[in-house]
Amino acid sequence: MNSDQVEFRNVSFRYNDEQPWVLNNVSFSIKSDEWVAIIGHNGSGKSTIAKLINGLIFPDQGEIFVNGIKVTADTVWDVRKQVGMVFQNPDNQFVGTTVKDDVAFGLENRGVERSEMIKRINDSLAAVRMSDYIMHEPHRLSGGQKQRVAIAGVLAVQPNLIILDEATAMLDPKGRTEILTTVYDVKQNHQLNLITITHDLNEIIHADRVIVMNNGEVWTETSPRVLFTQEEGLREIGLDIPFVAKLANELSKQSITLTQQPINQKELLDELWTFHLNK
Amino acid sequence: MDISFKQVSYIYQPNSPFEHQALKEIDFSIKSGTFVAIVGHTGSGKSTLIQHLNGLIRPTKGEINIGDFTLKASEKTAKIKDLRRQVGVVFQYPEHQLFEETIEKDIAFGPKNFGVSDEEINRRIPQVLEAVNLSPELLSRSPFDLSGGQMRRVAIAGVLAMDPRVLVLDEPTAGLDPKGQQEIMDMFKELHTRKQLTTILVTHSMEDALKYADHVIILDHGQKYMEGTPAEVFVQKEALQRVQLDMPEIIQFIHSFEQRFGQALRYNGQSIEALAQEINQLVHEEVKVDG
Repeated sequence: MNSDQVEFRNVSFRYNDEQPWVLNNVSFSIKSDEWVAIIGHNGSGKSTIAKLINGLIFPDQGEIFVNGIKVTADTVWDVRKQVGMVFQNPDNQFVGTTVKDDVAFGLENRGVERSEMIKRINDSLAAVRMSDYIMHEPHRLSGGQKQRVAIAGVLAVQPNLIILDEATAMLDPKGRTEILTTVYDVKQNHQLNLITITHDLNEIIHADRVIVMNNGEVWTETSPRVLFTQEEGLREIGLDIPFVAKLANELSKQSITLTQQPINQKELLDELWTFHLNK
Repeated sequence: MDISFKQVSYIYQPNSPFEHQALKEIDFSIKSGTFVAIVGHTGSGKSTLIQHLNGLIRPTKGEINIGDFTLKASEKTAKIKDLRRQVGVVFQYPEHQLFEETIEKDIAFGPKNFGVSDEEINRRIPQVLEAVNLSPELLSRSPFDLSGGQMRRVAIAGVLAMDPRVLVLDEPTAGLDPKGQQEIMDMFKELHTRKQLTTILVTHSMEDALKYADHVIILDHGQKYMEGTPAEVFVQKEALQRVQLDMPEIIQFIHSFEQRFGQALRYNGQSIEALAQEINQLVHEEVKVDG
């Protein structure tokens, strides 16, 4: 099935009448099963998109549809059943005194039967490789472990769509790698729609598509590979490309022809090797 | 100011069930004017270490010298207020500490507390605003009307207004977008050079440590694990992996290139552009030999 999971139609939003538009006539659609990264500088409107999708705020103009349902004050509870969110600060999203209780919280709210609940807790903790910590206190975990438990809590309620809103921003490099690996695994093994919001271009390489926001407008929509060729434009809007892409762009200015824009070091080395053999 | 740590240990809540040794026999010395990066994982002791630098905590064992000031377990530091005036600390997410009703008052708060005259404060404010790249028109506005990046600049201006000789920066770019990160770091580097400061940067970014620091200290489990120039420290792949740190990307790539092509390529602080030129030559040269 490749139906539209999320659709924005000419959406504008501002926090009050005197302030500038945070989003200005934004339209895009995201298909089910797709992994879309939304990137942009601080204040570009990317987190506002997340809040609009699950009805934490409503658009001033335009319409938003989630799985065919128009997001309004009346439908917001139906929409939220389908959307799971993980936020930036790992310390602000725990309610349970143990990892198990915390993952159970969303299931209890939805009245899931006990045997089913136990199964889902075990499955979702296994998916984020946190099964060994089931009886631990959440506040004693590392930042990366906390965010993995938060992801398990979202997985357990089986939403169609998961949004990670700068979920790695407050983590150290090890925690960041843990989360990126977890997200990649989860996407491989579950049928779901994923939106990751970030300003780190190293984090978008596995996404199917990237929506780049700039000053409340969609700057471009493309694949990570194509995006990495647009070094100067990205820099002008406050973003930067990964090291590999920079080096590839510099090599292209020399007398080296690359057949495609590499997205990691291995791809670039392979390209150089091929170039060398065919020379 | 010269800074030296001699066999410094720090224990939280000693002689209690919660006793925890955060620093263990740390030894190093930093010459005045050096830009130092302190690197290590969460829990490695970085934050505990920097809290010593302006006397927020004193060592449980050992001795610290910062310029003429001495910090020891046994005795109270003389003139600790002078030390705190001379060592400016920019904590993580410093914008969370803004509280005054105008930006001007917030910047003036620190120096005022240290008894700097109003006249002198008024002289410093335009200078620090320029340093952090904020418009003087903002002075009468509330700091809470600003964007996150601008709020951080206000908080940094407040530290600079004390005219410190040592600047301690605890992950100053966390949460900023790439452009904001680069602007803030370039600003610190410029201040460091122009005002001949001693700068201590705590960072998770090997890229920043490589780009800005003269000297790198790596902490692991409260102990000093390695130190040296970035070029010395960051080429030691196995040693870094043992404490789960990565090499900066440019050095990683140079390593992989050498392995794949069997060609000697060295990291010597070259730019990406210069590296591309070297690779271009190597790839072509080898073809000539083969052909």
